[in-house]
Amino acid sequence: MTTALIALPLLGALLVWVLPFFGRISGILATLVALAEVTLWAVIVARFDFGQNLQLEDRQSWFADLGVSYHVGFFGFSLWLAGLAVVVCAAAIAYATWADRERARAYHGLLLFLTGAIVGVFAAQDLLVFYVFFEAMLIPLYVLVGVWGGERRAFATLKFVIYTMAGSLLMLASIVAFGLSQGSFDLVDSGFSDNNWIFLGFLAAFAVKAPLFPFHGWLIDAYRESTSEVSAILSGVVSKAAVYGLFRITIAKFPEPVEDFQTPILILATIGLVYASLLAFRARDLRSVTAYSSMAQMGLIVLGLFSLNELGVNGAILQSVAHGLVSATLFLLAGMLETRTGTSAFARLGGMARGRPALATVLLVVGVIALAVPGSVAFAGEFLILAGIYDEGWWWAAIGAGAIVLAAMYMLRLISAVLHRSRGESVREEAHDLHWQELAIVVPLVAGLLFLSAWPASISERNFPTRNSEAAP
Amino acid sequence: MIDTPTVDWLALSPTLALLGAAGVALLAAVIGPEWFRRAFAGFVAFAGFVTAGVLAGVLFERSPGSERLLNESMTRDRWGALAAIVIAGAGALSVLVSWGEKRRDHSGEYYALLAAAGGGMVFFVGASNLMTLFLGLEWFSIALYIMCALDTHRATSLEAGLKYLMVGSFGSGILLFGSALVYGATGELGFASIAAAGANEDYLLLAGLAMIIAGLGFKVSAAPFHMWTPDVYQGAPTSVTAFMSAATKVAALVLTMRILTVAFPEQEHLWTVAVAVIAIVSLAVGNIAALVQRDLKRLLAYSSVSHAGFMLIAVAANSDLGGKALLYYLIPYSAMSVGSFAVVATRERELGVPVTLDNFGGFLWERPFLGASMWVFLLGFMGMPLTGGLIGKFYVFSAAYRAGWWWLVVAGVIATAISLYYYLRVALAMWTRPEPGLRPAIAGGSPPRDPLLVSAVFLSLIVTVGSFFFVGPLIDLAENAAQSLPF
Repeated sequence: MTTALIALPLLGALLVWVLPFFGRISGILATLVALAEVTLWAVIVARFDFGQNLQLEDRQSWFADLGVSYHVGFFGFSLWLAGLAVVVCAAAIAYATWADRERARAYHGLLLFLTGAIVGVFAAQDLLVFYVFFEAMLIPLYVLVGVWGGERRAFATLKFVIYTMAGSLLMLASIVAFGLSQGSFDLVDSGFSDNNWIFLGFLAAFAVKAPLFPFHGWLIDAYRESTSEVSAILSGVVSKAAVYGLFRITIAKFPEPVEDFQTPILILATIGLVYASLLAFRARDLRSVTAYSSMAQMGLIVLGLFSLNELGVNGAILQSVAHGLVSATLFLLAGMLETRTGTSAFARLGGMARGRPALATVLLVVGVIALAVPGSVAFAGEFLILAGIYDEGWWWAAIGAGAIVLAAMYMLRLISAVLHRSRGESVREEAHDLHWQELAIVVPLVAGLLFLSAWPASISERNFPTRNSEAAP
Repeated sequence: MIDTPTVDWLALSPTLALLGAAGVALLAAVIGPEWFRRAFAGFVAFAGFVTAGVLAGVLFERSPGSERLLNESMTRDRWGALAAIVIAGAGALSVLVSWGEKRRDHSGEYYALLAAAGGGMVFFVGASNLMTLFLGLEWFSIALYIMCALDTHRATSLEAGLKYLMVGSFGSGILLFGSALVYGATGELGFASIAAAGANEDYLLLAGLAMIIAGLGFKVSAAPFHMWTPDVYQGAPTSVTAFMSAATKVAALVLTMRILTVAFPEQEHLWTVAVAVIAIVSLAVGNIAALVQRDLKRLLAYSSVSHAGFMLIAVAANSDLGGKALLYYLIPYSAMSVGSFAVVATRERELGVPVTLDNFGGFLWERPFLGASMWVFLLGFMGMPLTGGLIGKFYVFSAAYRAGWWWLVVAGVIATAISLYYYLRVALAMWTRPEPGLRPAIAGGSPPRDPLLVSAVFLSLIVTVGSFFFVGPLIDLAENAAQSLPF
């Protein structure tokens, strides 16, 4: 099952590349594959026993002499992250079809390939397999940003790839060191390590990917120069690969170094949270606000993970899913706004609510969820994170709560700058409300958010079997 | 009554197959009619390489142990046999790549020389005596010198041949001098006898060892002995470059590991450090110089210097795992080298000018299959997933780490990070359409169709990707082969 979930989009990508369909047709084919993927994921969830730990395992020896095997499977929490990935990617592919990108076959194939790689990351139970998928994500992203991106795309991609690869390669060195000293590269079979250097190698990769302050240099360029659906995947899903890695590898395999480095990591996460929130408040366009807010949210999620208790970790997973949906929706909306107005700069937007009820409603709902209004899923996630981190010291929780106030400020600013105030110069009368096809793409994401808002426990209480025995220390 | 030594024909059969092919092709080039030469010689050379590969496979199967032949002049073992298979494979692919080369004359001789060079390399990897070592080295080198200069109407080709001849002879001279010193110190020529002679700290021996490493370094094109590489790779006909970059490297690296482990086990503490330093210098020089290249062949030449560095890390590890890592790495590396130069050759034939980052633009859209293949080869060079390049690097790093040389792992990681920059530049260039002014007119109408070259690229692609998925069987082969060496 797990292998099928990974292989389906990869085979779909091959299919899209090979079949001689052009333009929209290849996009529709890709969308169908992505929807099949979502269905397959739903089937897996239905069969999944949330009272158990690792399930749906596929294991096959890859090269035995070093103890590497193709080993994939899902935990409760990783299944949710995978679900986030397939849903967001399906929406992104559908939007790409709607937006009718140039060289559609290559584009849609790459998006499907990316989907498969991301699902693979969340399923990997062997370090080398994890590395393979983690790097495989980068290949399509490199092209997607570098070829279809905006004007400064060459610079943005180069920065993005060099940052991430520097981190990943340190991780490769760590994987070699960890696996050889353990005698196995399997995440289930291998034991714990107390080597700080190996730990830091892994941490580097995930800190860049998340991104954690001060490794966020690539973020703004990549998010701003990509097409909106690629930004949606980047911020919504790819950053969650870091969450999985941090939790499944660093926290699970390095109990002692994690204790030693807990405070510095928490400090970096808090700085990132506050700093990025402030940047988001000062940012001048929709995309930058979303980009910085997603960096801030990653800080918050890392805070939850490194609270090292069940509350915090559950909150981090819930918040990962919530934030993934929120930022993907916001980036897709940014794309829709850009096609109408040609800009996402606040100075040239405004007054879009008048005569555009659908757009206004969707943006408002997402914005309100993003600012963690009580009763929303983001509120539930943040509450759990703060409750978890409170155990480590009240001051962490205090700073976190302060940053949430900042979130309210920048989200309200975003909403009012786009929807209210006087009409911006780029907003013309002819700029229509959302088309029903666009709504068909965005509304499911919003519906998911509303569902989770009504029932956050559907995730937060199904991450781990009653006591998380194996994965969490 | 003189005892005639028994000749192990099977051990010599891959060499003889290629030598025979060279002879037949050469005869055809001399006596056959003009139209007949290229087809016949090409076919014979291809058949020679395939036969040599099959015979080497049989040899691999039937040589579980290590056996010294003819008074220790040759070794029959799996180490040499597996290397011979890789060389034969690279040679066969090179024949396919060469076919579309529009050569005005010497088309028959070209294939004869290709087969002869392959035969020399197959002989060379089995050498276990300083004399046969030198004989094999000169044998394939001289063939390559001529092949580099074969396009006599192009000045760069002549320059490449001359440069390779001079620098290569210098390297051979150093190797020969080193051999003489080693012989002087030990009175022995055979590798195992040198080790048994026990002249451990003899300065003569150590000087000889250093010179042998330097001499082989020229053939491996490891820095600082790489000066000829970019010019020769750039100037030589691209199909020759494809062959050289793959097969010469296999032969030289495999023999380097053989001579160091068999003949100089007592000096291990010295040569491992020396090889490690050469590896790091190669990684640094190759990667940094490649950053500023715009000519694709030069860029790939510097990349081959840096890959020599990676593979020397495996040699420096001096372990069973290192041997495995080296042999495994060579398999996808050879495929990627031949494949990428084949793609460059296509573009070159299409445009009639040297391929640069500028005129490579848009290649992916014009030739989707070749462009996508080039992408895969570049990913392989980078060590990205879905190619054997990643597993090769993984094994090399593992070998270095297990040998306790974590700093070699770090150096390799840094080198890989730097290498991304130039590989990705090529990769991205293929996606972007070139500026109209930069685009030279296509020489002679629509791009030539070349099914043989495409099939060579396809085979390289299969090896590059297949070696990622089927690591287990390949590593078993490499392990069997590595057991022939005394670690």
